[in-house]
Amino acid sequence: MNREEITGIVTEIMCDVFDLDDLEYSDDLSAEVIDEWDSLSHIRFIVAVEKRFGFRFSSAEIEGFSKVGDLVDSIAAHIA
Amino acid sequence: MSDPFALPWLLPPPADFRARLKAIRTADGVDAAGLRALVQFALDATQLEQAGRVVSARAADLADAGLRPLKLGIVASHTAKTIAYALPAAALRHGLLLSVDLADYGQAAQALLDPRSSLVQAAPDVILLALDAQALGLARPCLDASEAEATVTRALDYVAALRAGGRDHAGAPVIVQTLVPPVESLFGSFDGQLAGTVRWLVAEFNARLLRDVTGSGDLVLDVAFLASTVGLAQWHDARLWHDAKLPFAVEALPLYADKLGGLLAAFRGLSRKCLVLDLDNTLWGGIIGDDGVDGILLGQGSGTGEAHLAVQAFALDLRARGIVLAVCSKNEDAAARLPFTGHSEMLLREEHIAVFLANWTDKATNLRTIAATLNIGTDALVFLDDNPAERAQVRQELPEVAVPEVGANPADFVRILGQAGYFEAISFGDEDRGRAAMYSANAERAAALTNISNLADYHASLEMVCTIAPFDDAGRARIAQLANKSNQFNLTTRRYTEADIAAIAADPARFTMQVRLADRFGDNGMISVLIFARGAEEWRCETWLMSCRVLGRRVEEAVLAHVATAARAAGAARLVGEYIPTAKNAMVRDHFAKLGFVKTAECADGGTEWALDLATYVAPALPMKLE
Repeated sequence: MNREEITGIVTEIMCDVFDLDDLEYSDDLSAEVIDEWDSLSHIRFIVAVEKRFGFRFSSAEIEGFSKVGDLVDSIAAHIA
Repeated sequence: MSDPFALPWLLPPPADFRARLKAIRTADGVDAAGLRALVQFALDATQLEQAGRVVSARAADLADAGLRPLKLGIVASHTAKTIAYALPAAALRHGLLLSVDLADYGQAAQALLDPRSSLVQAAPDVILLALDAQALGLARPCLDASEAEATVTRALDYVAALRAGGRDHAGAPVIVQTLVPPVESLFGSFDGQLAGTVRWLVAEFNARLLRDVTGSGDLVLDVAFLASTVGLAQWHDARLWHDAKLPFAVEALPLYADKLGGLLAAFRGLSRKCLVLDLDNTLWGGIIGDDGVDGILLGQGSGTGEAHLAVQAFALDLRARGIVLAVCSKNEDAAARLPFTGHSEMLLREEHIAVFLANWTDKATNLRTIAATLNIGTDALVFLDDNPAERAQVRQELPEVAVPEVGANPADFVRILGQAGYFEAISFGDEDRGRAAMYSANAERAAALTNISNLADYHASLEMVCTIAPFDDAGRARIAQLANKSNQFNLTTRRYTEADIAAIAADPARFTMQVRLADRFGDNGMISVLIFARGAEEWRCETWLMSCRVLGRRVEEAVLAHVATAARAAGAARLVGEYIPTAKNAMVRDHFAKLGFVKTAECADGGTEWALDLATYVAPALPMKLE
């Protein structure tokens, strides 16, 4: 799976979890720019990503994500 | 296939869930039926939260649409926001319009012990006390036997103090939770034997908690049991606990919320009352009309036959706890009854079935007939059928009927029906034990009526005995149950908890009546409840309700004579009645007029006030013995 395919899936999950009708993906997206992204929806987001890609992040990995691009890099490394 | 996390008794959510929810959210008027249909799917945590937001935003409209409001306070020692957000949608699935007040995280003692706390001020109807082993000091071993006992006692004392706080300050019953044992053990199997291991502490706490709460009016959500149905390793998510103090895995939230919603509905008297059973390929394997009594599969050591027998055993067990059984089958009546009389392995007999409908009419119509015969709403029915087409037809026609997705394998039927929890109850008494037999007797009474043309003769033939007594401790649970369940024959639809009933019973300014009716077919149990406020001049009726199964038996005239006699003896001049209209109580709009009251006031909302002059009132002769 290439990076573009991963970002496509992550965008779908974000629309679903954050209840957005339309979202233009960029690596810089973060809780600062998406209102619906709070600490609780963040957890549901992470769990949905894990379920979709079939692995689990460590607490350290989760704590290291500051924007979506970090998450996508981590997914790419996990499923490589 | 029966992973409890997936709520397998519900249909999976449709692909256009978000679009449908958005359409409801943005429409001008609220589509209550559409929203109720959406929450009937097996929603995940995200979908529950999204639907919950719409429920909360449209609460006023939904209340106007006839949904029962309930205010829940949550006090938790862990993050409970996810629970608070998911609950309104999960509760709506069970027919409740829930609003939630969440006390600040970790502020259990402050919220319940301080009468000025914002939780107490919010005046919740019921309070969820969600504590975890960490907060109770039970998450680490303490391997000294007497210290272990003392640790559990301290934890229970703390819970008891919080429960008392809820009762004394908020006047609300408290839902406590059992603790989920950890996945990890210290020794292994030996943990269970050794006082002070965490597994021992949790088991001891749970056992003593269940004993403490029984009969207190407080309720239990058995989270330990819920977790055991899915497995401890699935339930606990250590990472989420460490990162966010979430009490369980995200995947567990829909199950937890559904079961809590079901418990709240049971508290409000909204549990289902009747299990309607299909016959072919549900109660036995095969088609009776084609295979004959010797050809159907039932018991006899065949896996399929044993699975169908297990369905019958479960239905009988439900009947023994008060669930009414009915049959709804597409069959010739004579053929459908054959196994009940002529198959040696049948556990269910005709006398267990209160209403038996085998014909070629569509099932939705038959379900309406069953509900009408039993004098209950179609929303009190659960319909068990192996045929997906029949299930779909009933869901389409009668969305309020619970129709479990039981799958294609009869071996799963009992488990899925049990997991769904349609018959959740918060107490079990003599009334419940006898209920199924009572409904069967009622069906016989209906049959007797068709043979007697004259109503007076019919009444005389019933040999009725009506017993009227003031509220007492023994009747309290049933009085509260009736007050919460009665919607149709209910003049004011005021709801009372058991604690309220106890307070009213002790109040010298109140005159109370609990009414029972027996006849030659059986004891109907307690069927009517009245509360009057005694004044010097007038006695004012605060609550007058009656079970619809004794409609047309002149019980209301008997109770009026009783209260009129008491009021007259106390020197009052009149009785005053009030009718408060709701979506469901139109049948008693003219109740007071029929009893000879004169209308004294009319309100804009359709409500009316009535008075009965005691100087001119004459009690009628009644076809029953009064005790």
